[in-house]
Amino acid sequence: MTLPPHAPDAPVQPIFELIEVEQVFEVPKPGRPLFSRETVGLRALDGVRLSIRKGTSLAIVGESGSGKSTLLRVLLGLDKPSGGRALYRGKPIGEARARGTGFARDVAMVYQDARGSLDPRMTIGAIIAEPLRHFNIVPREGEAARIAQLLDRVGLPADAAERFPSGLSGGQVRRVAIARALASEPSVLVADEAVSGLDVSTQAQLLTLLQSLQRDMGLTLAFITHDLGVASYLCEEIAIMYLGRIVETGPTDAVLKAPVHPYSAALRAAAPQFFEPLSEPLPGEIPSPLDLPKGCRFSTRCPVAQSDCQSKDPQLGKLGSGRAVACIHPITQA
Amino acid sequence: MSIQTPEAPTTLPPTAAPDTANRSRRSVFVRRPFFTIALIVAVAYLVAAIFAPQVAPFDPVQQDFNVMMQPPTVGHLFGTDSYGQDILSRVIYGARFALIIGIFAVLIGAAGGLVIGLAAGLSGGGSEWALMRLIDAILALPSLILAVAFIAILGQGVDKVVIAVGLSMIGPFARTVRGDVLQVRVQLFIEAAQLMSIPYLRVVWRHVLPNVIFPLAVQVTIRISEAILVSSSLSFLGIGVTPPTPDWGLMIAEGRDFVSFAPWMSAMPGFALALLLIALTIVGDGIREEFDPKLRKDP
Ligand SMILES: Nc1ncnc2c1ncn2[C@@H]1O[C@H](COP(=O)(O)OP(=O)(O)OP(=O)(O)O)[C@@H](O)[C@H]1O
Ligand SMILES: [Mg+2]
Repeated sequence: MTLPPHAPDAPVQPIFELIEVEQVFEVPKPGRPLFSRETVGLRALDGVRLSIRKGTSLAIVGESGSGKSTLLRVLLGLDKPSGGRALYRGKPIGEARARGTGFARDVAMVYQDARGSLDPRMTIGAIIAEPLRHFNIVPREGEAARIAQLLDRVGLPADAAERFPSGLSGGQVRRVAIARALASEPSVLVADEAVSGLDVSTQAQLLTLLQSLQRDMGLTLAFITHDLGVASYLCEEIAIMYLGRIVETGPTDAVLKAPVHPYSAALRAAAPQFFEPLSEPLPGEIPSPLDLPKGCRFSTRCPVAQSDCQSKDPQLGKLGSGRAVACIHPITQA
Repeated sequence: MSIQTPEAPTTLPPTAAPDTANRSRRSVFVRRPFFTIALIVAVAYLVAAIFAPQVAPFDPVQQDFNVMMQPPTVGHLFGTDSYGQDILSRVIYGARFALIIGIFAVLIGAAGGLVIGLAAGLSGGGSEWALMRLIDAILALPSLILAVAFIAILGQGVDKVVIAVGLSMIGPFARTVRGDVLQVRVQLFIEAAQLMSIPYLRVVWRHVLPNVIFPLAVQVTIRISEAILVSSSLSFLGIGVTPPTPDWGLMIAEGRDFVSFAPWMSAMPGFALALLLIALTIVGDGIREEFDPKLRKDP
């Protein structure tokens, strides 16, 4: 799993790279007659550019329906993108996935619905043992000790191994999901809303845990959240999504301190305090992904839209100092 | 869905001490008196069936023309039939046939239903369609009619009855298994296993199968009584097991002609049959409600 050593000045190959990724779902056309089979394309992802460097932690934020989970499924190779290229260490993700267990071992996932992702008829111990055995991580004799060690690392007592998921609380079940993800000794951990819906203290504990894991084990972390507080606490970098496109990326602190895209600014304004859930972010409804606005997709809700915004669709472009934005008239700080 | 433990989430809530679990399990018999009675009755049948040679006072096929059609007396508690055979002994041996036929027929039905239901639920597309139409065709007929058809093909005898009744029960089993498979295979934990690049057949074996086999086991206990009823009906119609096998259906049929002056000949095996069916149904329902593993909280 180690990369060949790079010359110091050679650009480091990113772990994941998405180039103009598109994901179009064919869905029934709204208002179609009863027996017609007409469909329309729903652009869940549209021109996504993203690269995830080794060892970084990236937060992906955006409103509901902006395509975060769809993006994650592409990253994991669960769905093949309908357009563009999705690369894992320079190779198409689908190929990397098909070529043996290396990818599956290296990239682990924590589902948003942690309870649903655990087999209800297996004990916690058996659930964690599954990746241990599948990837031959430890010999059988060392299995019990490794399970106890993993449980301990996520803050669960060793006797939890004998219990079933139905006997654990929501927070405990997420810890189990994290422990299982760590069992394969991955270098990338992907988590979909891993802390949402939990009370603040459990959330804080899990975030501290993830942060220490990321630091101690050098994990690369891709973390979906709709909570800017969580993003800024946990992640060095942030990618803000709107209607299937990443509209702004960069170091979390810089982006949140001085957002350049009007959508990021609106999100930021709506969440003044860290550790407070995002309130109603913007006036107006998010447009339907079936019927994207002409020009810039944010132009219908943008407070500073100008006439050319309705005609030109901005792509994500470099802004310097590791930042990028998809906006024709980015906010300039006075 | 997520239940919170507000205080100290790092520690598990006080582990349900093993004795608490045992206590609640033991109290099932107190909480469900009918279940307890039915269980005792069913176990009594089972014991009588297993130890029939020791329990029965007479040889069930021993004919004694001196005591033909005797009403219940001290010597023959359930009376005798038109060949002078002791009805109590025949009823006891009949339990043997009823339970053997019922259990093995249900096992055949469950095994066949599991295979077809799994195949239908996992394959999808054209083969699923074909399998389901086959099951629908089977289900369109009551299991008795189907069993009659299979008997017509296979011929008579205890083994043939087991096979015929078993085959006729594949349809309902297959349909419930397929329903469970369709529910399980879209669950997130299946995708999570595939994400770990675990081969599909292993995922089916480790995750799909255990999640459909528990409900199937509950179904098996419930449907034993149905299998017994169908097999008895076959014998009653004279196309199941052959005389002089001590089979309840057969005995009821034999007593039919004498029902006006020797009612015990039909009544005794009829009563034995009815009591067993009621007991098995109550036990099956109790097991489903009490031990359904989906509702289980702890090992
Ligand atoms: N399999 C699918 N078929 C059709 N449409 C889909 C499918 N999956 C997602 N979509 C659509 O794609 C869009 C993005 O969905 P996605 O689940 O990625 O949103 P999200 O950002 O994860 O939202 P949330 O925060 O609510 O989880 C939505 O409009 C959704 O309806
Ligand atoms: Mg989502």
